[in-house]
Amino acid sequence: MPIRTVMKANEAAAWAAKLAKPKVIAAFPITPSTLVPEKISEFVANGELDAEFIKVESEHSAISALVGASAAGVRTFTATASQGLALMHEVLFIAAGMRLPIVMAIGNRALSAPINIWNDWQDTISQRDTGWIQFYAENNQEALDLILLAYKVAEDERVLLPAMVGFDAFILTHTVEPVEIPDQEVVDEFLGEYEPKHAYLDPKRPITQGTLAFPAHYMEARYLVWEAMENARKVIDEAFAEFEKKFGRKYQKIEEYRTDDAEIIFVTMGSLAGTLKDWVDKKREEGYKVGAAKMTVYRPFPVEEIRELAKKTKVLAFIEKDISMGLYGAVFTDASAALINESEKPLMLDFIAGLGGRDVTFNQLDEALSIAKEALEKGKVEKPIHWIGLRKELL
Amino acid sequence: AESPFKADIERAQKELTEKMTPGAIAYIPGSSVINKTGSWRVFRPEFKKDKCVRCFLCYIYCPEPAIYLDEEGYPVFDYDYCKGCGICANECPTNAIEMVREVK
Repeated sequence: MPIRTVMKANEAAAWAAKLAKPKVIAAFPITPSTLVPEKISEFVANGELDAEFIKVESEHSAISALVGASAAGVRTFTATASQGLALMHEVLFIAAGMRLPIVMAIGNRALSAPINIWNDWQDTISQRDTGWIQFYAENNQEALDLILLAYKVAEDERVLLPAMVGFDAFILTHTVEPVEIPDQEVVDEFLGEYEPKHAYLDPKRPITQGTLAFPAHYMEARYLVWEAMENARKVIDEAFAEFEKKFGRKYQKIEEYRTDDAEIIFVTMGSLAGTLKDWVDKKREEGYKVGAAKMTVYRPFPVEEIRELAKKTKVLAFIEKDISMGLYGAVFTDASAALINESEKPLMLDFIAGLGGRDVTFNQLDEALSIAKEALEKGKVEKPIHWIGLRKELL
Repeated sequence: AESPFKADIERAQKELTEKMTPGAIAYIPGSSVINKTGSWRVFRPEFKKDKCVRCFLCYIYCPEPAIYLDEEGYPVFDYDYCKGCGICANECPTNAIEMVREVK
């Protein structure tokens, strides 16, 4: 029987790792993710998880140790956030390029400067081009489930790419919520043993990993990473379907909420989706034709799903906790690219919100709605990007 | 004298497929000998046999290794892999190796 209990998302991530039975965990503490390796170290010390726990001197070393472990052929896990993830940056490309299905939990946190330990998505969004699959959890249950799903997708032979699962700093990492811990036997059935056919060490089969590729070969290696990410779209759908069958919880790349007759649909990720759905209920009661959509997968970008969503609405608005300096938010930019060749597309707006842990309130969503309504009435977007919840008195 | 890599080169060339593998993994051991890295060279070592005392220091110090010994114990320079670092010339106690700029 699954155990229904209460825990923080950090603990849920540690439990997911325990259920997935990684053989090597290497981690360096960083707020707000420290509790993840702390809890795992307890599992290892108590003999509840048979794994090597490597205490390293930095996040760069943590991910490098996992590249080595994964290249040797075992399942691996780590957790980090913010500056720690940024410090891993160069090795993230290596993990993807070497096709190592490392899974990592991220307590999504803002980047310095100014230093800030609270939630936004700039840390993971900034790693979007590294070749890592990216999931975003709305709540603690999703944090646990998506880590299991991350292993399932990452280790699939059609994919073989690393994956990260983001859950919002403090809003989820340090908040206690009901979580169902699945049965070990069912998880074992779902994931199985990790048996790599490409990257593993065996003296009887000498190979070279981490090779040098001259201009005559580099592009093809990169193309295979891109192709694997394309393959991941289908593999993710299959994994979601199998997960639902085994565990009874449904996941979709884009989950829609009250979108059927909506004129304005707001799209977001992570815990903000919960706030957004509550707010949509309120606005529906007030007679507004608004809907919500939550992106569970950011890489590979859900291109087809965004196109389907765009067909349903007159205004497609993104609320995101990240910003690409010199342009717009990353989710809006990517969605715009997904729609560029569609003959009919909705008006599109980008709302930057909640950076550095600022609460995204109903008032701020109302502010976004009034901008979206104005665009709808005028039939055009004069300015695509708006920062909502800005304290103008400070500027 | 024959290059000690000759057998490896032949084997690797035979087994090598031109297909890129996931992770750019090289599955044929020792296959890097196919890459003739000597093309990077700016200076080439020129050997003066009459000065050589067969001390083997060049053979020992060559980091590649791109120097092997013939049947009489004289060094043979493998220009397919020699990068012209000049260590052999520097170590040679009788100045039997001279570094000469490559001209094409």
